[in-house]
Amino acid sequence: MQQFFNTALTGLTLGMVYAAFALALVLIWRSTRIVNFAQAPMAMLTTFVALVVIDAGYSYWLGFVAALVSGLVLGAVIERVVIRPVEGKAEINAVILTLGLFIVLHGLAAVIFGNRYRSFPAPFGLEGLTVGGTTIALNGFGVFTIVSVLVVMGLLVALFRYTDVGLRMRASAFNQEVARLLGVKVGAMLTLGWALASVVGSLAGLLIAGGSLVHPSYMDSVVVFGFVAAVLGGLDSPLGAVVGGLILGVSLSFVSGYVGSQLVALAALVILMLVLTLKPGGLFAQAPERRV
Amino acid sequence: MLTLTSLTAGYGPVTALEDVSLTARKGEITAVLGANGAGKTTLLRTVSGLHRARSGAIDFDGTRLESVAAEKMPRLGLAHVPEGRGVITELTVEENLRLGGLGRGGRVSASDLERVNDLFPILGDRNAALASTLSGGERQMLVIGRALMARPTMLLLDEPSLGLAPRIVAQIFGLVRTLVRDEGLSVLLVEQNARSALSVADHGVVLNLGRVVADAPADELAGDDQLRHAYLGF
Amino acid sequence: MRDRIVSLRRHVLARHLFLALVGLLVVVVVVESVSDYRNTQLASMAYLGIAAGGLTVLTGINGQISLGHGALMAIGAYTSALLLPDRDATVPLTVVVLAAVAVTLVVGAAVGLAAARLHGPYLAGATLALAVAVPGIALYFKETLGGEQGLRVVMPDIPVWVLDAVFFVTGQDLTRSRFTAYVGWLTLIVVFLLLANLSAGRTGRRWRAVRDDEVSAELAGIDLGRARVSAFMVSAAAAGAAGAILAFTVKLAAPSAFTLTLSLTLLAAIVLGGLGSLAGALIGAALLTFLPSVVTDIGRNAGLSDIQAAELAPLVYGLVMVAVILLAPTGIVGSLRSGLQRARSRRRTTSPTTTSKGTAS
Ligand SMILES: Nc1ncnc2c1ncn2[C@@H]1O[C@H](COP(=O)(O)OP(=O)(O)O)[C@@H](O)[C@H]1O
Ligand SMILES: [Mg+2]
Repeated sequence: MQQFFNTALTGLTLGMVYAAFALALVLIWRSTRIVNFAQAPMAMLTTFVALVVIDAGYSYWLGFVAALVSGLVLGAVIERVVIRPVEGKAEINAVILTLGLFIVLHGLAAVIFGNRYRSFPAPFGLEGLTVGGTTIALNGFGVFTIVSVLVVMGLLVALFRYTDVGLRMRASAFNQEVARLLGVKVGAMLTLGWALASVVGSLAGLLIAGGSLVHPSYMDSVVVFGFVAAVLGGLDSPLGAVVGGLILGVSLSFVSGYVGSQLVALAALVILMLVLTLKPGGLFAQAPERRV
Repeated sequence: MLTLTSLTAGYGPVTALEDVSLTARKGEITAVLGANGAGKTTLLRTVSGLHRARSGAIDFDGTRLESVAAEKMPRLGLAHVPEGRGVITELTVEENLRLGGLGRGGRVSASDLERVNDLFPILGDRNAALASTLSGGERQMLVIGRALMARPTMLLLDEPSLGLAPRIVAQIFGLVRTLVRDEGLSVLLVEQNARSALSVADHGVVLNLGRVVADAPADELAGDDQLRHAYLGF
Repeated sequence: MRDRIVSLRRHVLARHLFLALVGLLVVVVVVESVSDYRNTQLASMAYLGIAAGGLTVLTGINGQISLGHGALMAIGAYTSALLLPDRDATVPLTVVVLAAVAVTLVVGAAVGLAAARLHGPYLAGATLALAVAVPGIALYFKETLGGEQGLRVVMPDIPVWVLDAVFFVTGQDLTRSRFTAYVGWLTLIVVFLLLANLSAGRTGRRWRAVRDDEVSAELAGIDLGRARVSAFMVSAAAAGAAGAILAFTVKLAAPSAFTLTLSLTLLAAIVLGGLGSLAGALIGAALLTFLPSVVTDIGRNAGLSDIQAAELAPLVYGLVMVAVILLAPTGIVGSLRSGLQRARSRRRTTSPTTTSKGTAS
């Protein structure tokens, strides 16, 4: 019973991170109809930025902020310089482009930071918390993970729901031409969307890295999990991405705990294929048919 | 107010507008009529910067528009309601309206919202509903209301009557007439439905295969049997 | 009309056979005249080329993308490793390659069936998941598949008749790395011959039709699903053969060889070479094989440490890949071809005897 509970708890924490990463993918998909596979190495690169800051003797939090800010800049620059030319073109070009970017960022990190594992600090204890005499599978950093993802989600909701910029961004995502006719600078909104998504991705990268090891490819499997989570939620829905992330996190935690951690990615593949076959529009889709 | 001079536009090898000249006068409704494929939509899209002219001039109140970006139009006082209405169905009615109000730059004023909701009481009642739940007529009212939120001086309407019941069309055209009379709004109204359009317009221009074939006061056009039979289908 | 089509087809077949023979000749000359080290490189180029050729058929000709070809190669490699556990294994290499192809074909059919309904980013995501998932299987079944260490591949002794035959033709003794290079390139020639004939024939026309326009393909009576699945299977089979050659070359089947990077690298190869042409796939494979050492040298001379310089190559082909998509979406071969066409049509339009407007676009 206790193992069951702890496995679920671990899954929820991990699920929060997948949710954040899925959210980053969804934000970009909604506005540009591109799945940004390069989101993984983008997050990796910004985590290395944090590591450089921390290794230089500054505090974890300065590194944290540096990573998020560099994520913001990286997302904006990549959209503006690399992605803009293929927006609205044949989708296979965009797919190949994000994968090319994947290789580039990987290579860049390996050249600059080296192709070896480096440990990344955590700002809070990694000892399990104690509740009523028993130690549970949730530590200070886990609490921080959950809280920070919730805060970011809250901020995003507030931005999209209650601000003019948020309204302009949503309009650009749903109908670029009408948005332009209504005076929205659509290009700027897409750049901003990529920048924000990249910040959320960076956060996910920092949370995966905390108290663990980083390496140029440490986020590679996370992009798969984020994608599966986003597809679970329908790829178009931010809320769906969050729920999908949590479901996936818990499911994979059980696979890892009861079957074997080596099969986690395989389980994700199986879940993905099941969703795409049975409910291609995601778990919450009302319309039964959709092209995937 | 809006003057097009020798406008030519097209898509690759297709020429959709050839040497089109016309004027839409201040405080009037100017109807652009013509069959499907005549080039009416291309005309509006070229004016509002969604499509680039190959040659010719577009003058709006002394400003040359040929190379002005579409997103600048609301600030110049030009509001384009596109073909197929262009409701953003994923947003609520109020969000659609607010979006229109943002077009001028600055914030949305509560009085503008109130005015549009008064003009279209149906919208006022449904402010919080998703726009996807509106009927065709309600959507047309929403997009006209949304255009008005930017306080334009000229309205470009692309086939507002398309797919609507005659009673609703009459209601919408009546409202446009009122706006022109009471607020001095100018309207360029593109329509296939020539009979209804001429009944509300002051002036009419007939397009055929991208060329202007007639340009005259509305009642004159409505009275020209030959023209009516040849180009207007009634 | 019918006769013409038949003769045309014969003509194409004859051309492919001729090219294959020329290729064989070139292979013998090259393999015999370079060092053992270069021959190992040549064997690597062979397996990259075979896999890239298969991927070209899938992506370039049928319009499906796959990031899972590294995983499919893993299946071919592990099959080979299981058949060649020690020196006593008596399975002939031909049978090993065929077994690798057969197993991968079955897996490819399953993946292809699932993938046939997916497009663009969904297909990319699903095959990406495959690429990440497969190495985990080898880790999980540690007993049979060797876990992290992987499985050793023990090449059988070179058959005596081969030694004799090669000595007869070339007058040189056949070293082991030479032998591996021969096996790799013979496999490549056979695979390319089959792929070229398939794509030039009716099957290839169907694949292209599905890629170009699903609706008109459907109207023309083409079963979209079948065309997609068959393209995936053919492509997977090639990846299986490539996996076998990889196992022969590196003498090991281990998870670390089949990371996502391998799949992305293959994609880079076909993008560099120009989507849709087997010659392009070969050029891409050559770049992947020989570019790294060149780039590493340049990096070292520019003052990078050895470790950093070694990481430059992927950076370079990633950059080239991005540049190709942004500047020349038809790749190197495609750009050359359209450049040639433009030059030709320019000549045609300027010549006074013709009124044709030319075909440059
Ligand atoms: N995006 C486009 N691409 C190519 N041709 C177009 C496009 N849009 C319109 N056309 C062509 O331009 C001509 C005028 O079209 P349009 O302006 O839509 O006419 P209308 O609005 O009067 O029906 C038609 O021949 C149409 O086929
Ligand atoms: Mg039209």
